[in-house]
Amino acid sequence: MAEQHKAGAFDIRNVIGLLLAVYGVILTLTGLFADPETDKTGGVDANLWAGLALLVVGSVFIAWARLRPIIVPDDVEHVTDDPTRPAPRKRPPAKG
Amino acid sequence: MTQVPAALPAADTIISASWVDYLILVIYFGFVLGIGLLARRSVSDSVDFFLSGRSLPAWVTGLAFISANLGAVEIMGMSANGAEFGIPTVHYFWVGAIPAMLFLGVVMMPFYYGSKVRSVPEFMLRRFGTGAHLVNALSFAVAQLLIAGVNLFLLGSIVKALLGWPLWVALIVAAAIVLSYITLGGLSAAIYNEVLQFFVIVASLLPLVLIGLHRVGGYSGLQDKITEMASSAPADAGVPPAEQQLESWPGQALSGFDNPFWSVVGIVFGLGFVLSFGYWTTNFVEVQRAMASESISAARKTPVIGAFPKMFVPFLTIFPGMIAAVLVPEIVELKNGGSPPGGASGDGVAYNDSLLYLMRDLLPNGLLGLAITGLLAAFMAGMAANVSAFNTVFSYDLWERYIRKDRSDDYYLRIGRLATVGATVIAIGTAVVASSFGNVMDYLQTLFGFFNAPLFATFILGMFWKRMTATAGWTGLVSGTASAVVVAFLSEDAFGAASLGVIPLGGQGAAFVAASTAFVVDIVVSVAVTMVTEPKPASELKGLVYSETPKEDLVDPDEASYPWYRRTLPLAGVALGMVVVLNVFF
Repeated sequence: MAEQHKAGAFDIRNVIGLLLAVYGVILTLTGLFADPETDKTGGVDANLWAGLALLVVGSVFIAWARLRPIIVPDDVEHVTDDPTRPAPRKRPPAKG
Repeated sequence: MTQVPAALPAADTIISASWVDYLILVIYFGFVLGIGLLARRSVSDSVDFFLSGRSLPAWVTGLAFISANLGAVEIMGMSANGAEFGIPTVHYFWVGAIPAMLFLGVVMMPFYYGSKVRSVPEFMLRRFGTGAHLVNALSFAVAQLLIAGVNLFLLGSIVKALLGWPLWVALIVAAAIVLSYITLGGLSAAIYNEVLQFFVIVASLLPLVLIGLHRVGGYSGLQDKITEMASSAPADAGVPPAEQQLESWPGQALSGFDNPFWSVVGIVFGLGFVLSFGYWTTNFVEVQRAMASESISAARKTPVIGAFPKMFVPFLTIFPGMIAAVLVPEIVELKNGGSPPGGASGDGVAYNDSLLYLMRDLLPNGLLGLAITGLLAAFMAGMAANVSAFNTVFSYDLWERYIRKDRSDDYYLRIGRLATVGATVIAIGTAVVASSFGNVMDYLQTLFGFFNAPLFATFILGMFWKRMTATAGWTGLVSGTASAVVVAFLSEDAFGAASLGVIPLGGQGAAFVAASTAFVVDIVVSVAVTMVTEPKPASELKGLVYSETPKEDLVDPDEASYPWYRRTLPLAGVALGMVVVLNVFF
């Protein structure tokens, strides 16, 4: 049986997971090293906690995508523009 | 970035962003535009696979479905409403959205899926011919321009809050940003965009609510503070009594009716039935999300699954408004009848500004950037969607059909590009109109009353009553819209200063009445006209009228074999039960 083709980096769960994890890292670092501005938050280091939470959620998405990968069928119908959102024209697929 | 504001007559900025905030913003748009460019080049069949939406998991289409709607209206409008009226705003979700979403999934979706209708103007053309099609296409185009103005105004107000530019400069800059976003391909990856946007918004609003509740001492602390404020507010400020701000029913403050009974009727019929069914069942930007899925069963489940997160969105949008109304000095002063200077419009603080001020007061740099990113992403995508929808209807439904037939594809593509630019420029004008409303919800509900309520009446009548004639189609639409406009003129403030005040109703109550009037007038006129005109032969109505559509086109044969949590009806029942419970609690 030929190797199955996985959606990989374009799996929407990986995209979500990566973005949230990157934000998690940024916020965690901000929370650790920047002024926590506790007069605004009422005493909580909000950046740190939100950053850690985002890291967890982001990792869960990436783990989910790893454990249950989406298999892209061999023959994917080429998508033309979304008729409700036609703005930029997609180029036709390259031959071959 | 730092050079330009100095050259302008900059006011003080509401929000002071640091480089971390801009970094977060840049990363988001890097992601979205990157995927957009890849999608245009089709470098990977994985992208095609996701964009086509076939066999996309139901949670993705469900989130995309509500995220397409989680734009300016939801976030700024609902927080403005929360600050002004409090808890009764939940009616926009639990009465004004969930039942209609469930109805869409259970009743309408099989019909759409089976009839292969792809847009509302298309349905109008096939069911009623050119008269109703022309009226509908024109009113749809106008509605998109007006709503694009709302999105643009809110987008501009964030640019202003960030950089301190005057509103008109911020509007032009925001319009330029949206144009480049459309041109660079931000929309071609709409489905990625919408799902990402949902998570970024939740990730930024949830900490805002939690920090806010922490500051006021939990929900009971918030209740105490609202009660205290309502009792100490000056009488002429018109602050609703605390029990009306903390209990969803009967919601007199929201509807503007003094009588609790009529208030409930207004909310249930005006908002819950006419406005919300009209919005959700005829909004093809949303319906398209579901139509892309693999089977009737999946298409039906999309709005039903979307209903679950939708139920909890009010906690993220209304609570910040309520917290702002007790924590943010400017909003407190506004609610007590004052007119503090500042605000996004520059002419003083309005309820629309609640969320921005709360972000200023509660979020440290970092989380602030995340919140700004979520808002900008939502408004930009919202306005881009309006402009694109306008573009489609203008180029194909109006220009090609009624003005220049049979030209080349390139010709219509050029017209489409011109329409995009034209729509953006016009939106700057309609944004100025929107900025004159202190609470954008008032304005939006009025617009929905004009456009969606008569459309829904004609749609539903045309679908279920095969005798309804072509003439009845367009006369019903025209008279429905006209009657809503008349009611808005006669009300206290639905048209701002232009309203005459003959009917003693203001705020969103006036919009509910205008919508209900439009609905009733449309039905009455359609029935009357049908009686004196000739119906279409039944053979032309297959797939367009319920009774003329074969039943096997409407069901999915596999559905009965699924476990209950994958079937539409049990899921819809669970959702309905949860909404009833939420209504009892609040």
